[in-house]
Amino acid sequence: MSLKRPAKNQPENFEFNTSSHESAKIMISKYPKGKQQSAVMALLYIAQKQNDNWIPLAAMKYIAKFLDMPYIKVYEVASFYSMYNLSPVGKYFIQVCTTTPCMIRGANKLVEACKEKISKNESELLSDKNCSWMEVECLGACVNAPMMQINDDYYEDLDKEKTLKILDKILKDELPKPGSYRGRINNEPENNRKTLMDFKNA
Amino acid sequence: MLKDQDRIFQNLYNDLGSDVISSQKRGDWVNTKELTNKGRDWIINEIKDSQLRGRGGAGFPTGLKWSFAPKEIGTRPHYLVINGDESEPGTCKDRDILRFEPHKLIEGCLIASYAVQAHVCYIYIRGEYFVDGQKLQAAIDEAYKKNLIGKNAADTGWDLDIYIHYGAGAYICGEETALLESIEGKKGQPRLKPPFPALIGLYGCPTIINNVETIAVVPTILRRGGKWFASLGREKNTGTKIFCISGNVNNPCNVEEEMNIPLKELIEVHAGGVIGGWDNLKAVIPGGSSMPLIPKEKCETLTMDFDSLMAEKSGLGTAGIVVINNDQDIIKCMARIARFYKHESCGQCTPCREGSGWMWRMLERMARGEASKDEIDMLGDVTKQIEGHTICAFGEGSSWPVQGLLRHFKDEIKKRNKFDPIVKENKNIPYLVDQHLLDKNA
Repeated sequence: MSLKRPAKNQPENFEFNTSSHESAKIMISKYPKGKQQSAVMALLYIAQKQNDNWIPLAAMKYIAKFLDMPYIKVYEVASFYSMYNLSPVGKYFIQVCTTTPCMIRGANKLVEACKEKISKNESELLSDKNCSWMEVECLGACVNAPMMQINDDYYEDLDKEKTLKILDKILKDELPKPGSYRGRINNEPENNRKTLMDFKNA
Repeated sequence: MLKDQDRIFQNLYNDLGSDVISSQKRGDWVNTKELTNKGRDWIINEIKDSQLRGRGGAGFPTGLKWSFAPKEIGTRPHYLVINGDESEPGTCKDRDILRFEPHKLIEGCLIASYAVQAHVCYIYIRGEYFVDGQKLQAAIDEAYKKNLIGKNAADTGWDLDIYIHYGAGAYICGEETALLESIEGKKGQPRLKPPFPALIGLYGCPTIINNVETIAVVPTILRRGGKWFASLGREKNTGTKIFCISGNVNNPCNVEEEMNIPLKELIEVHAGGVIGGWDNLKAVIPGGSSMPLIPKEKCETLTMDFDSLMAEKSGLGTAGIVVINNDQDIIKCMARIARFYKHESCGQCTPCREGSGWMWRMLERMARGEASKDEIDMLGDVTKQIEGHTICAFGEGSSWPVQGLLRHFKDEIKKRNKFDPIVKENKNIPYLVDQHLLDKNA
């Protein structure tokens, strides 16, 4: 169970802007008539995207009205799922996977790098609101361990040095290239590949 | 080793491109119409003949599951739901299907929807796979444009709409009824079964839920015949499977191999061996974090399929193999898995909500050597109190890895935790409640 608390400083109002409004309507149209509540997860994502990657309570109230459902049900969903941020996070939001498959390949080194470069504590915003980091559970890229996620992108096959370099770039407000950082292609064995040989150079 | 032409996922490493035209070159969408023209019963029988078992972890026979769907559409529509909430530590196979073989999945959705008479299909993808989900969405858009899905999809006369529903970072939503709750816009807490989703599922309608890999292999099985699929592997454990080999190996990778392949071959041939050599191997988690680990002695001869792992009191699960070598502290590794389960428990049933945290704290103390020796048996007791006393299988999933550790590495824990809490010497400890017992002996 995630133990998230809403931020102390909450904005008074929230409203979808035109593009959010449009994508919200598209999301609702995916579900059968009268089942618009299904779109609550998608709408929370839209609100999160519009509001600098976090969801204020006002947005939950707005979505509850939008979908004609009780506010508490929206709050329940927003606090249950770990990817909804209920308090502000950095413009570059770094999530380091530390579950066992990453841990045994040295994920703690990545955490060290984050502590050195960004902040001593998890989920602590820098004064310029540019960066924050946190440890998360398995991100589902175990053969590319250790890895981390920055906003939507995966950064794989890391070690401490490479992480430091990536963080340096981010602190300079550049987004580094996602993918493997050991130059390997997707999930194939790094050298000595034994399968699907005919296609390798196709 | 499996021959390359028998591999279903030819584009597992994205050598060939994942767009619809390259997929058609590989044989997807070629004769979908002819396959569906043979009728529902033929499709379901062919899948039954192939002895395909679900790839999501439980290994339930797919053909049998499909035959549970009502034969006629009644007042309620049918739904097909694809489970792509791959969150089991050690597993990353569905991600590759979503991004590199999306058309196999979409074609599988069409055939499966036809077989269970669903006009709407939801694909549930974990929120972290947003980029991969966008790739699947692009493939779905392509398929709509080419009229491969939509009205009269691929000329089969069947209408099908496919929608993606993103999760938001909850492991429990991989449990089928929790997944349905999540699609309905609630928090993902599993439902009691029965009623089973095949009769009362999404929005109370008949719903068939399958894993991404299960559905993606269906078109190839129908094209090459259930007999071909059944000829691979062994009885009741047939076909091919994507294995994810991670952890302390030289070349961690995903590879599609035949069922019943020796574990040693997977590690030595495909993953380039254990770091520090085979002798440096400590244990292997054979099927994602919820399956009990297997110590080195048994890894020598172990073959990877549902039944042979069951005989070792473990399971194939999702076939996410995590290799742990002697450089790691095995108790610490398991404590971290226990922390994962503590974090991901949905909080609905008390034994799981409280017990998962309990197991984590005890294991952390055992890893530091601060636990008393009585606690080792107590930990085993706690796992038994969780297992079987919860609504869903999360209780088993969280307690089995701990039971595996106790089964195979009890001596190691005992060696590290010698602390005896009972005071046996006659000391005058003013705050000790049982002081009178000591005084009596004196």
